[in-house]
Amino acid sequence: MNKGKDIFFLQVTRLAALSIVFIILVMAYELFRGSELAFGRFGLGFITGSEWDPVHGKFGGWPLIYGTLVSSLVALALAVPLSLGTAIFLAELAPSWLREPLSFLVELLAAIPSVVYGLWGLFVLVPWLRDVVQPLLGKTLGFLPLFQGPPLGVGMLAAGMVLAIMILPIITAVSREVLLAVPQSQREAMLALGATRWETIRRAVLPYGRSGIIGAIILGLGRALGETMAVTMVIGNRPQVSASLFDLGQTIASVIANEFSEGFDKLHLSALMASALLLFVITFSVNIIARLLVWKVSVSQGVSRE
Amino acid sequence: MLFLTVLATGIALVPLASILVYVTIKGLPALNWEFFTQLPKAVGEPGGGLGNAILGTIILVLLAAGIALPFGILTGIYLAEFGKERLAFIVRFLCDVLTGVPSIIVGIVVYSTVVLTMKRFSALAGGIALAIIMLPLVARSTEEMLRLVPRSLREASLALGATQGRTIRSVVLRSALGGIVTGAMLATARVAGETAPLLFTALNSRYWPTGLDERIASLPVYIFTYSTTPYEDLHRLAWGAALVLVSMVLGTSIAARIAAKKVNGGK
Repeated sequence: MNKGKDIFFLQVTRLAALSIVFIILVMAYELFRGSELAFGRFGLGFITGSEWDPVHGKFGGWPLIYGTLVSSLVALALAVPLSLGTAIFLAELAPSWLREPLSFLVELLAAIPSVVYGLWGLFVLVPWLRDVVQPLLGKTLGFLPLFQGPPLGVGMLAAGMVLAIMILPIITAVSREVLLAVPQSQREAMLALGATRWETIRRAVLPYGRSGIIGAIILGLGRALGETMAVTMVIGNRPQVSASLFDLGQTIASVIANEFSEGFDKLHLSALMASALLLFVITFSVNIIARLLVWKVSVSQGVSRE
Repeated sequence: MLFLTVLATGIALVPLASILVYVTIKGLPALNWEFFTQLPKAVGEPGGGLGNAILGTIILVLLAAGIALPFGILTGIYLAEFGKERLAFIVRFLCDVLTGVPSIIVGIVVYSTVVLTMKRFSALAGGIALAIIMLPLVARSTEEMLRLVPRSLREASLALGATQGRTIRSVVLRSALGGIVTGAMLATARVAGETAPLLFTALNSRYWPTGLDERIASLPVYIFTYSTTPYEDLHRLAWGAALVLVSMVLGTSIAARIAAKKVNGGK
């Protein structure tokens, strides 16, 4: 009797696990089916077309892809130095009583809901950009096409900055774990050879954890690519390609958030579904690459978890 | 060099401080008895609150947890106990895939399946969307916690004649329970703040929650909607909602971590 109940229980867990498979299959199916119309009409031109105009039925995805990539790259450019610096501090240099509380604070950043980031971005960051940062950048670096145009506050720069803050915790946390996984023997060997603390980090620890850190950065990229709410609230929602960071823009995620509920017609909805499919494929690939890199590091160090 | 890394850490924490300070300073004035008990009024009319949004968020989160926790914990058990099977590798991989799917995509998939089938926006659809986001988080954290249980415990149970299932239920689960609960709490806190999945599923509502098959208000959606209007009054309410939401989310996360420390310390 016990044995029967037992087998039943185990089969139930197997069934529950299948739910994940089911969800992913349904997701892929719905995205493909929904985007059929748009891809049928525009073909690959959907990805290269440069005009996104729902009113006139023109759906070129390039401004969206451009916006997604640029905002994420700006975010990486800002977040990576800060994250790595913080990770090195937390893993190597901070006094032991400080490590726990500081790591905890960095993780708190990850717990703040995206819409609150958007709210803060809209009412605190944007005015600061508009009144202080952008005029300053315009005056000093205005010869670069990157910083031209009127200081509006909202736009690509604001989106990039908010994204940077949002991906900081994940890059820091994973990098810190990678650094902690570097065997102590590596550090000791360097120190025995007479290296300073900083030389040890720069020449032994960091190169050892290089692929893991790259994995951490790519994980951050994956997060930035898919972020919706905070970006929608500060990017200005104008699908366009522009060289200036001061200009308004649009990302795939934010266009879906903005336009899905006012879907003008079947084609519009299908174009949005097609954009979603695109985003799904992009984030999927980026996350796979990231996990492979991080997994490689943790496995080669003999760390059996994660 | 030490200076640079300390500087980096300092700069990284400035936004955290700024957000917490602003949310508190701007949100506190909006919180009064009315805020928690009244429905939103039309623009221009004084008073009103977001009581329906607070209740709505609680309902949605409970709904999501009710769906995701059983499936998630059972999946976690499967992954920990049958970890070497081919299916287990596929499921684990797909869990990681699902974690990385942008939440807005989850929202539109639930829209095109649940909402279109039911022909209405509903709290149920919103709960399902949130549950899909929670599911892989709960599964993976449950798996991790179960793996931490020492083999000796399992072997002792088996040596006493218990079957595998009985071992899991009576010994392993009980041992890992603290960690599993922590993981569940963290996943719940995470999902309480999600906006995008609710935009096309639960939508929003200006009234008290009436039923699971009706639209429902929620704090994140109200914050989004109100902050993008030009009305100062509504902005004030948005900050208040943000304060309540952040308190709920951070409070649960911090409580979960403190509880985790206690459980691990006691071991």
